[in-house]
Amino acid sequence: MATEVADSHGHGDVDYNAPYLTAGKGIKSWLLTVDHKRIGVMYLISVILAFFMGGMFALLVRLELFAPGRTIMSAEYYNRAFTLHGAIMVFLFIIPSVPGALGNFVLPIMLGTKDVAFPKINLLSFYIYVIGATFSLYSIISGSVDTGWTFYTPYSTTSNTSVVSMVLGVFILGFSSILTGLNFIVTVHKLRAPGLHWNRLPLFVWGMYATSIIQVLATPVLAITLLLLAAERTMGLGIFDPALGGDPVLFQHFFWFYSHPAVYIMIVPGMAIVSELLATFSRRAIFGYFAVAMSSLGLALLGFLVWGHHMFTSGQSEFSTMLFSGLTMLVAIPSGVKVFNWTATLYKGSIALTTPMLYALAFLVLFTIGGLTGLFLGALNTDIHLHDTYFVVAHFHYVMMGGTVIAFVGGILYWWPKITGKMYDEKMAKVSWFFVVVGFNVTFLIQFIMGSKGMPRRYYDYLPQFEIYHKVSTVGSWMLLVGFLILAGVLVKSLKSGPKAPPNPWGSAGYEWQGTESPPVFQNFRETPTITRGPYDYHLCTEAELFDGFPEDAPKEG
Amino acid sequence: METLQLPPQWSTFARQTDWVFYFIYYLSVAFFVAICAAMVYFVWKYRRKPGVMSEPSGHNNLLEIGWTVSPLVLLVFLFHVGYRGYVDLTMPPADAMEIRVRARKWAWDFEYANGGHATVLHVPVHRPVKLILSSEDVIHSLYIPAFRVKRDAVPGYYSTMWFEATQTGETDFFCTEYCGAAVGTSEYREGDPNVGREGDRRHTGHFSMIGRVKIETRAEFSTFLESILRPPTDPATGREVSPEVWGSLIYRSSQCNTCHSIDGSAMTGPSWRGLFGRSREFVDGTNRVADANYLRESILQPNAHVVRGFNGVMPSFAGTLRDQQIDALIAYIRTLR
Amino acid sequence: MATAESADHGHEEHPKFLAHHFDTPAQQFDSAKLGMWVFVATEILMFGGLFVAYLLFKSQEPQMFLEAHHRLNREMGAANTVVLLFSSLTAALAVRSSQLGKRKQTSALLVVTILCALVFLVVKYFEYTHKFHDGLLPGRFFTAHLPEHAHNGHVLPQRAHMFFALYFMMTGLHGVHVILGISILTWVLIRNQRGEFSPEYFTAVEIGALYWHLVDLVWIYLFPLLYLVG
Ligand code: HEA
Ligand code: HEA
Ligand code: HEC
Ligand code: CUA
Ligand SMILES: [Cu+2]
Repeated sequence: MATEVADSHGHGDVDYNAPYLTAGKGIKSWLLTVDHKRIGVMYLISVILAFFMGGMFALLVRLELFAPGRTIMSAEYYNRAFTLHGAIMVFLFIIPSVPGALGNFVLPIMLGTKDVAFPKINLLSFYIYVIGATFSLYSIISGSVDTGWTFYTPYSTTSNTSVVSMVLGVFILGFSSILTGLNFIVTVHKLRAPGLHWNRLPLFVWGMYATSIIQVLATPVLAITLLLLAAERTMGLGIFDPALGGDPVLFQHFFWFYSHPAVYIMIVPGMAIVSELLATFSRRAIFGYFAVAMSSLGLALLGFLVWGHHMFTSGQSEFSTMLFSGLTMLVAIPSGVKVFNWTATLYKGSIALTTPMLYALAFLVLFTIGGLTGLFLGALNTDIHLHDTYFVVAHFHYVMMGGTVIAFVGGILYWWPKITGKMYDEKMAKVSWFFVVVGFNVTFLIQFIMGSKGMPRRYYDYLPQFEIYHKVSTVGSWMLLVGFLILAGVLVKSLKSGPKAPPNPWGSAGYEWQGTESPPVFQNFRETPTITRGPYDYHLCTEAELFDGFPEDAPKEG
Repeated sequence: METLQLPPQWSTFARQTDWVFYFIYYLSVAFFVAICAAMVYFVWKYRRKPGVMSEPSGHNNLLEIGWTVSPLVLLVFLFHVGYRGYVDLTMPPADAMEIRVRARKWAWDFEYANGGHATVLHVPVHRPVKLILSSEDVIHSLYIPAFRVKRDAVPGYYSTMWFEATQTGETDFFCTEYCGAAVGTSEYREGDPNVGREGDRRHTGHFSMIGRVKIETRAEFSTFLESILRPPTDPATGREVSPEVWGSLIYRSSQCNTCHSIDGSAMTGPSWRGLFGRSREFVDGTNRVADANYLRESILQPNAHVVRGFNGVMPSFAGTLRDQQIDALIAYIRTLR
Repeated sequence: MATAESADHGHEEHPKFLAHHFDTPAQQFDSAKLGMWVFVATEILMFGGLFVAYLLFKSQEPQMFLEAHHRLNREMGAANTVVLLFSSLTAALAVRSSQLGKRKQTSALLVVTILCALVFLVVKYFEYTHKFHDGLLPGRFFTAHLPEHAHNGHVLPQRAHMFFALYFMMTGLHGVHVILGISILTWVLIRNQRGEFSPEYFTAVEIGALYWHLVDLVWIYLFPLLYLVG
């Protein structure tokens, strides 16, 4: 483990007080930067590319399902399409998305520090991400992968597609995730500004902290599992292959021991963003701050105990089935605490329906649907019926797409002025919100019905009674595409010709809006801030502090 | 009874499972509507107005403990009813009728106590039926929506499931553990003018491991049990059909047709058209004439000689097809000139 | 937010070893140490997966494990355990002497630690080649169940390939960690030679030693599990 030593920034020539976007010029100053903000921006660009790619595979999947039988591709290619869709969305997009992009950018600023604890490791983690992504994508051209994102053995040990390359890619991506988590944990513990007590931490920081704990403790188990899988394929190790005396169900245990906590690696950052958005746009502290902060940790902890709920039909013992179902129910408690506290935050607030706020409210609705349908899957006899049907597909798209992605987009728009120094077109952004939210519901709401009627997932072809549902769902995916294209247009236009952003365009009391310019200077703060109040103490703020324009135009205090 | 959301209730489990399903359903609707209503109301009531500040918020222990603990009661109840239903699902009565289920890529075989085999799952009504599942290659899973049952068939293990049908009729079963698709179907499909329902039988894979469940009266079921041991009778003549005709029926019922065509086109396996008596070339470079012995060997030990241009993916039918059935198949193949 | 004017530290007053974004050497040291501990937790969970697999298969086939483990060289394993334990001690002493600012002594202790690590690898090399020779290989390369590999007229069961699969995965992964450890210690040694450490700043030595203790700790578990099954 490297430590940071003298001159770790490696550019003595940089003006510490120039805006970070222009402090240091040329492509090299970006590729070799150790500035957490620039690394965050590089992550942002990468994960948006990954989302785009995953989205294209999703559109292909939906297009194929538009009609029964062959529509555009063969069964073989369909299997590859949904595998790549799932794997790219999960490993290349959603897991690195919020921590890598927004976490890197915002977290140190919120803590009032100049950088994360280990800036070089931060850069390393980005490049590990790039290498891992390259391996994964290489598998696409070298024969592709058709195992499903879950890589279940013995299918994955016998499939003659490019499984090893994908698995190694995911293995490498895991280390990127671990290093990001490690960095954040240490940063939160050791680098808080003077006066920033634990009970003054923004909820975004609490969320990232809980996420980091899961990343650090769960990811290594995935790493060793995938290593064993790769060895199984290359050497016929026999740990997972029943033909050699191994245990295929052991693989499932290992896989879900990571991948269930991983769903909280996905959702907790989304929740973290939403807490910030709701506070800012209601001008009110999150109701029950302590409970919301602790529920993130609660999710992180409980998340480790429920992995077996993915395996109710696989033949684990009845006792473990019972245990996992019971513990799964408990997970609803911290999520419920969050939902209730968020709703209560709106009460007696001063609510502005900006686009980020609309995304936050959409999150609230969609996550609640996704979470509540999780209960159908956690209860035992209903899961037996619903397991591996489109009901599950709809459940996890509601939490991942309707939850995390919606929150992520809200977060991008919210911090966009800080990141780029530019404002965007609110009206068109609202139009894109409309298409995304409506398109999303058209695509996935109907999958609940289709699934509970018995439509299995990962099916290339289907019986005629399901055709109408699939048709509607496919049309919904086109609306989603339209929504995201408009959003992309809004963001590109803002970069090109957006008006200059004031330091605090939302009038937020959050630390990251108060002490910094838009965009922040290289070392974030011109002088180290001392924190004297909580991040949501609107009633302690002066009028000037909550002024949502340029400071020079601010009304005089009096 | 069929409801908007769920398939018809055709087993003794269905009512219980559906009860839990709708319990969670209405509970969720209640929570969801309450949350949305509060949200919409607050957003409208407390929309930002010039000069009006928000009120400082804090916390309220009583309220918070309330909404932390009260869902717990519901959740414990939920877990309890779900688990009770599950225990019923896992405990077959001792007198249940047993059927052996063998899964392989990409077909199911159901073996009855009398040694007969079928690919359509026939079960008697009002009688507990216990299925013992195993798999020959990867994991598969048998799912009968109308019965609300599902169980994985894991290679190297036996797993069991059971049900009791409450009504005669026909319904679907599915494979619900992803198990891949045949390689090469795409090449065959390329440029095929026959796109549409008709040609699709030729695709094989996870999605094609589906079939029908026939729930029969006692009398119908015992006729069925007899029929799987002998060639079927021709309704027109009232006598057993010829071996050639029986072979053509087995070709379909044992799902040879998922990999072998009879019109000369190659699928996952070679076509049977003009196969008999032709010289075969194998991947190891040897040759052999396709006589009855060779065909028999191809069915029982398919990998002994793998035909050039194909992969050795054909499963063995040893133990699945009886001698008379293999003879019938060979008789049938002989007719395909 | 009230940004009360706090001590605006110019960069001059930063000691050379103190990175720009840290305020005090203590903060930097604590951060590095916490980071290493978190990393150690990660590593333990990674090996944890292998331990679980080991325990599962052992509980299924204790007899086969017992038979197979007789083919491991207990003496070599024990020797390696001693070597590693000793190297852990020298690593700890290196930290101590670095704290006291004894540069030469630190270097000497680091060299001894690295030498021990190399001895460990050499011993492992001989063990591995012996196993290769006997066909005691993982997975499909396993041939020790064939008569020509009989050992004292005793042939291993076919299923013993599982034991060796685990043996090679566990010791292999550990071996990779030994190699990583050597690289880290070498890097620390070079920096020590350059005179970068002092009683005020010896973070890298401490961190390197912590990592080396982890490598040692894993072996302490591997040795009884694999070599002393009975
Ligand atoms: C972001 C990702 C995410 C999140 C947050 C969740 C959250 C939850 N998930 Fe989900 N899940 C996935 C992603 C996620 N899941 C994925 C990807 C799969 C499929 C993987 C695959 O097979 O490919 C899956 C599959 C899955 C299964 C397995 C299904 C199967 O294959 O048979 C189960 C079963 O228990 C389950 C349960 C739950 C539960 C109980 C929650 C809970 O955390 C939800 C808690 C939230 C609420 C309950 C709503 C808010 C609460 C209230 C409003 C309080 C009041 C309500 C009551 C108490 C009644 N999920
Ligand atoms: C983060 C996770 C995530 C996300 C966001 C999505 C998004 C979508 N998914 Fe999902 N999906 C999974 C994770 C995800 N998926 C997983 C894990 C599986 C299981 C795989 C398996 O079984 O192995 C799955 C499986 C799955 C299936 C089931 C396949 C089957 O079982 O046979 C389907 C079918 O409808 C589907 C559809 C979609 C659609 C229409 C979207 C749409 O929401 C996508 C919309 C996106 C776009 C159209 C891209 C547009 C983007 C731009 C234009 C760029 C600009 C963007 C910005 C500026 C932000 N997905
Ligand atoms: C999963 C696909 C699959 C199924 C199902 C299948 N086969 Fe085959 N079969 C193949 C393949 C592939 C080959 C060629 C490779 C080989 O010889 O093993 C083949 C070869 C054969 C041959 C030799 C053909 C030749 O050209 O020499 C015969 C005879 C045969 N199968 C009979 C059957 C019968 C009878 C059934 C059903 C009871 C059946 N097969 C079901 C895939 C299948
Ligand atoms: Cu068999 Cu899916
Ligand atoms: Cu889960």
